Amino acid sequence: MALAFDEYGRPFIILREQESKSRLRGLDAQKANIAAGVAVSRILRTSLGPKGMDKMLQSPDGDITITNDGATILEQMDVDNQIGKLMVELSRSQDYEIGDGTTGVVVLAGALLQQSEKLLERGIHPIRVAEGFEISSRIAVDHLEKIAHKFDFSATNIEPLVQTCMTTLSSKIVNRCKRSLAEIAVKSVMAVADLERKDVNLDLIKVEGKVGGKLEDTELIYGIVVDKDMSHPQMPKQIEDAKIAILTCPFEPPKPKTKHKVDIDTVEKFQTLRKQEQKYFDDMVQRCKDVGATLVICQWGFDDEANHLLMHRNLPAVRWVGGVELELIAIATGGRIVPRFQELTTEKLGKAGLVREKAFGTTKDRMLYIEHCANSKAVTVFIRGGNKMMIEETKRSIHDALCVARNLIRNNSIVYGGGAAEISCSIAVETAADKYPGVEQYAIRAFADALDSVPMALAENSGLQPIETLSAVKAQQIKESNHCCGIDCNDTGTNNMREQNVFETLIGKQQQILLATQVVKMILKIDDVISPADY
Amino acid sequence: MVVEKLFKDEATEEKGERARMASFVGAMAIADLVKTTLGPKGMDKILQSTGRGHSVTVTNDGATILKSLHIDNPAAKVLIDISKVQDDEVGDGTTSVVVLAGELLREAEKLVGSKIHPMTIISGYRMAADCARRALLDRVKDNKDDAEKFRSDLMRIAMTTLSSKILSQDKEHFAKLAVDAVMRLKGSTNLESIQIIKKAGGSLKDSFLDEGFILDKKIGLGQPKRIENANILVANTAMDTDKVKIYGARVRVDSMAKVAQIEGAEKEKMREKVQKIIGHGINCFVNRQLIYNFPEELFADAGILAIEHADFNGIERLALVTGGEIASTFDNPESVKLGHCKLIEEIMIDEDKLIHFSGVEMGQACTIVLRGASFHVLDEAERSLHDALCVLSQTVNDSRVLLGGGWPEMVMAKAVDELARKTPGKKSHAIEAFSRALIAIPTTIADNAGLDSAELVAQLRAEHHKEDSNAGIDVITGSVGDMSELGISEAFKVKQAVLLSATEASEMILRVDEIITCAPRRREDRM
Repeated sequence: MALAFDEYGRPFIILREQESKSRLRGLDAQKANIAAGVAVSRILRTSLGPKGMDKMLQSPDGDITITNDGATILEQMDVDNQIGKLMVELSRSQDYEIGDGTTGVVVLAGALLQQSEKLLERGIHPIRVAEGFEISSRIAVDHLEKIAHKFDFSATNIEPLVQTCMTTLSSKIVNRCKRSLAEIAVKSVMAVADLERKDVNLDLIKVEGKVGGKLEDTELIYGIVVDKDMSHPQMPKQIEDAKIAILTCPFEPPKPKTKHKVDIDTVEKFQTLRKQEQKYFDDMVQRCKDVGATLVICQWGFDDEANHLLMHRNLPAVRWVGGVELELIAIATGGRIVPRFQELTTEKLGKAGLVREKAFGTTKDRMLYIEHCANSKAVTVFIRGGNKMMIEETKRSIHDALCVARNLIRNNSIVYGGGAAEISCSIAVETAADKYPGVEQYAIRAFADALDSVPMALAENSGLQPIETLSAVKAQQIKESNHCCGIDCNDTGTNNMREQNVFETLIGKQQQILLATQVVKMILKIDDVISPADY
Repeated sequence: MVVEKLFKDEATEEKGERARMASFVGAMAIADLVKTTLGPKGMDKILQSTGRGHSVTVTNDGATILKSLHIDNPAAKVLIDISKVQDDEVGDGTTSVVVLAGELLREAEKLVGSKIHPMTIISGYRMAADCARRALLDRVKDNKDDAEKFRSDLMRIAMTTLSSKILSQDKEHFAKLAVDAVMRLKGSTNLESIQIIKKAGGSLKDSFLDEGFILDKKIGLGQPKRIENANILVANTAMDTDKVKIYGARVRVDSMAKVAQIEGAEKEKMREKVQKIIGHGINCFVNRQLIYNFPEELFADAGILAIEHADFNGIERLALVTGGEIASTFDNPESVKLGHCKLIEEIMIDEDKLIHFSGVEMGQACTIVLRGASFHVLDEAERSLHDALCVLSQTVNDSRVLLGGGWPEMVMAKAVDELARKTPGKKSHAIEAFSRALIAIPTTIADNAGLDSAELVAQLRAEHHKEDSNAGIDVITGSVGDMSELGISEAFKVKQAVLLSATEASEMILRVDEIITCAPRRREDRM
């Protein structure tokens, strides 16, 4: 091991406390890493596709998450293995970048690792394998570009977008009402999208959930929903044509940042201070009233006295509104966030057509709806569902759908889903392989095989014969040179994905292939794993 | 090569069949646990808490039982969750929803055993749930326009809900209480304005609804015990020493004399405040916070009834009832809205003195005083009454009504069975299973009542084969009877929520094929 001797024959230490560290080298290290990566991807494999199963995850605190979303599963899985963590990262970066296809990318990476193991056993050098994968990933990405379709949509014709979002949602538990959810997702993205710049700021879409009711009650609100109620129980519950003062300062006497003390040593001082204090409260409320506000939304709390004064002057108020929500309200109502009472002016007020408080169920749950805002560029998706887990899972699904819609607005190219794109790439890579002399050829072929594993998993999860189905579809694609053929997961009788309206975004697919290849390359390059002993 | 360690220590992973088994078993165990509480002859459970004192609860309410359980099985937690939601959302049917979900899973387990893919079962269940819902919608009655009938509907629903609870002996009495209370709300679902006061002693029959408002507080010493035509100021203000709220202020004195001066000023300030309050022309003052001796004395001098430390809900309710507003500053008496009531008096319920506000302006709020032999009885009575109130308030908004006694289940089962016959493919097995699960509910009701369930359910099914049958299980005589004649009704909203959330929950559990449990977070045990 890492033990060397100097010229006098004394050992000197290269690796400290090496007997307590475990170490793997060479082929063993690579194989161990591959096995770990494959193990992670195997967990996710059954979640792929419309007939994929869910995973139930129990957190250290005993909370339950039931999900089908690859990124969420991996994030909460408590993986300890280093390579396992890499896979978790992989799925996360796909989530950040694209938002969808988090399961697919891990399955693909797992398949690549499995293939590379076979190559390593044949004695091919890992770097050569990695290079081969790199070449083939480029071929695949270029090929995707070729087979991608542009499709047209506009603010009035959102049907194609809805179809694509439905593909994303069909693999989730919410697929019962995927149509309505997809429409909600697309409409909300269209509401905030900047079609000129082809950009969408997803921060403007708030996803709020409340347990109860049914999934079908989920709605899109052109405005903001805040999980707060009026600060005083007797304030009006509905305000029309509200002018909203958005404050980040509390209704309390000021707290100068510099340390100071006010000493009271005489009765007069005590009384003046008291007067001052009363005046202060009065001024604060008066100022809000003066600029014409009919609703005050405040980030901080109020003193009881201020609360009563507000109530007294007929000025409804909401307290303890979170910073993010405050910003959203400001954006939606076209108001400005005001940090000091002195700076409050009429122009800085936000405007909303209707602000109302709505109660739910039998418990004391109330929410505040701010609707018909001056600037409708902020929307809320309000989710209802049978239980907490359902709401959480729906939130995740809606997030995926929103991401897909955004990606389409950025780049309106699509490829066909249901494994069609993968099969098509696999054929392209396979044909290209023969042109490469040298060892890489093997790696490229292996890559083609790995690509096949995604449709294979799809078929497997749908209860079809994986190998038979895949070879039939592949043959069909080559024979008809039609790259729309995929796995018919829903048993609709046709495997033409164009007819089934199963689309995926081009950038999502490309990203999947690139990210998976990168991670596999990284894993292959590791030939020495030194891990500290357990402590 | 096998990966030795993918997860952290103690994290476990269960896969495929094993995972499915674990979740089925857990869910069914929970369902079986609450099963015996279903129906008018259902039994109660004793729950003993692990906390200090080992307090004991006796209950029949599904949500309460499940809430108190410590469960480790993830699937069981899903069921507990749906029961909780059912409680929050409609207030009743908390047991039914768990039992139905458990039955659905039991049927699903058999189907999975005969090699039907869970996804196929799910799609079958979905179709069945949809069909069942439509079948119910076809048969609902809506008497919203006819006030007389609507009220009798409400009475029936309340009686049906209460009949499975501890209050079943006096269900008519309590049903009347609940209906009266809810009708006063005039369509609002805010049950906050119905106050329930529990006083041990007497019997359940002695419980009554009071049109006014009762505050569980004592009147200060030397203050009037009875005020007619009271003007009430409801306040939330500090009546001890008012703090100086300007930041950083502190009192610094250098001699005893000055301390006395400041103290004098403070007292003066308080006196001023009290004067201002008195200046409102009131003869009753209710404060949420403490009232110190000094101001109390001042109030007593002025002949004003001062009540301190009323809790927040009490204050809100009082403000609602008397029509006053909750005040915190007292500088402009002319614009503060005062509350009014005809009479404030101290009343005695057994040993306890309470303050009773009667002849209030707004009739929305009311108080129900529950009497009973022990705290356990009272607690259970409160829960039962709460269930009834919830259901009634929901029914006022959604006035569609169904018959009870297993009737809705049979109607649904019939419709679902027909659907199964028409559906080609493997799904039809799942749809059939759904109808079996539905029938399990009347079966359980009959079982719990000690009746011959197989015989009864068979008879019931035969009855339902006729068009527009009103047959259900009559637990009292132990036979099949006409539910509309017996006056057993249930709210449509409750049944719908039971159906939908049970299906949703079972779907969720069915979709799982792997359970990953993280290592439990270590807690510093202070043992």
